[in-house]
Amino acid sequence: MSQAATELVRISGHAGVVPGAGLNREFQVCKLVDTTTCIGCKACEVACLEWNGYTFTETTFDNSYQTMPETAWNYWNLIKFNEHERADGTMMLLMRKDQCMHCEDPGCLAACPADAAIVQYANGIVDFQEANCIGCGYCMTGCPFNIPKFDPPSRKVFKCTLCNDRVSVGLEPACIKACPTGCLHFGTKTDMKELAETRAHQLRENFGYQDAGVYDPAGVGGTHVIYVLHDAKNPELYGGLPKDPHIPWSVRLWKGPLKWIGNLAMVGGIFGMALHYMRFGPKREEPIPPNDNEPNGNETRRV
Amino acid sequence: MTTDAVSRSSAAHQEEKPILRYTFFERVNHWIGALSYIYLLMTGLAFWSPYLFWLAAVVGGGPAARFWHPWFGLIFTLSLFVTFGQWRGDMEITDADRAWGKAIPDYIENHDDKLPPVGRFNFGQKLFFWGIFFGVILLLLSGVVLWYTESLPWSLRFVRYAAILIHASVALITIGLFLIHVYMSVFLEEGSFGSMVTGYVTRAWGWTFHRTWYYEVTGRSESDLGKPNLPKP
Repeated sequence: MSQAATELVRISGHAGVVPGAGLNREFQVCKLVDTTTCIGCKACEVACLEWNGYTFTETTFDNSYQTMPETAWNYWNLIKFNEHERADGTMMLLMRKDQCMHCEDPGCLAACPADAAIVQYANGIVDFQEANCIGCGYCMTGCPFNIPKFDPPSRKVFKCTLCNDRVSVGLEPACIKACPTGCLHFGTKTDMKELAETRAHQLRENFGYQDAGVYDPAGVGGTHVIYVLHDAKNPELYGGLPKDPHIPWSVRLWKGPLKWIGNLAMVGGIFGMALHYMRFGPKREEPIPPNDNEPNGNETRRV
Repeated sequence: MTTDAVSRSSAAHQEEKPILRYTFFERVNHWIGALSYIYLLMTGLAFWSPYLFWLAAVVGGGPAARFWHPWFGLIFTLSLFVTFGQWRGDMEITDADRAWGKAIPDYIENHDDKLPPVGRFNFGQKLFFWGIFFGVILLLLSGVVLWYTESLPWSLRFVRYAAILIHASVALITIGLFLIHVYMSVFLEEGSFGSMVTGYVTRAWGWTFHRTWYYEVTGRSESDLGKPNLPKP
């Protein structure tokens, strides 16, 4: 790592401890979305479009505040609005910022057949390299969160980059920058996890949300976008956030055992046929035998 | 030399006349299917394994391979449906085929003389045909899903999961059948490859490998063996 060149280990003729010695640098980044303090202002949606160079397109209206039903190839960040009826009959608006979760074990990457079309950085960001994308759409099948979106004219798939271009130069993602309530946080995975757990504890102890908790699903190895939810036991309430997301088993089967069985069968088959040819050789036509019952048969036909 | 020369005169010459096995349209259709399958195989294997992704470069790059693979799939499907129309009758599995199937070890060990006589196609060829025919139907159905993955709503994602597994599994089965087909017709059975190019096989070839068919097309019978092949009155 390039940072290693700036970290001191020993200093000549220096009295006392080495400044920064034993410093533990963490490269894993994380975005924390606290749904309990989100007001659904959509500033993050606007910031995302602005930073990434997309413009507003026509939106749909489905009797809610939601901009469109789901994210789009040119709309990577969407607040999902869900009206929820509490046990006592009162209403509650659940708002969740939907975007790529940047899984530790990304289903899109597992399913992708194109060399370097999807990469995972050491800091946890999963990024699409559209120049290498062939537009097959396998990532859409591999993703358990319905995130990668296909753009028909360019035949490429796009999604949230976690502002890799900003993060790599020490800035926070655009959505974080724009959030007016501070419900969005960005930092190391450890810090964000700690902050999230503290907030969840606070919600449980002081606000009566008995089931408040942190959403960092283990099925995909944890994510680099985590949520604080009022009701962590029912993440589906928040616009279909899967309870136990994992890479679809058919994708696992296809990219795992089936691949090895198939490759073995193909190579084995070719070897088998070569061995058959060496052992038994070609099939050759046999001469049609003359009929012994017919004395005028053409015996000299073949010798 | 001299006996050979005698044998080539008049009636005997008739005996040597090759017989038509595949019509011009059957051959053209076969090669449309074969070439489209080879394209599908190359691009499909490119999507199958990173170690074979270079195959996509051979046919114009990954995006081009992704774009054209479904279209070639349609050509292959069409070709298979035409084949179905042409050969459906010849591909019906009969009792004679089942008897032949029981003797398949003899076929594998090249003791073709020990096999029961078969018609235009033997049991293996029929299994190959039906394998590819039903395979292409499954590949078409799953392929359409993969072609337009983005159009499938999220609530129907299980269809994507099924399609991806079916497409790969069935493709592997057809690859197995394809490899056997190529091995047998190009390398193993001499005269087979030529017959799909020129359309003709020798009489001895027909008699050796497809005896029932040989008797059918020549209008001869077992008792005619050795007689000059004169036109029927």
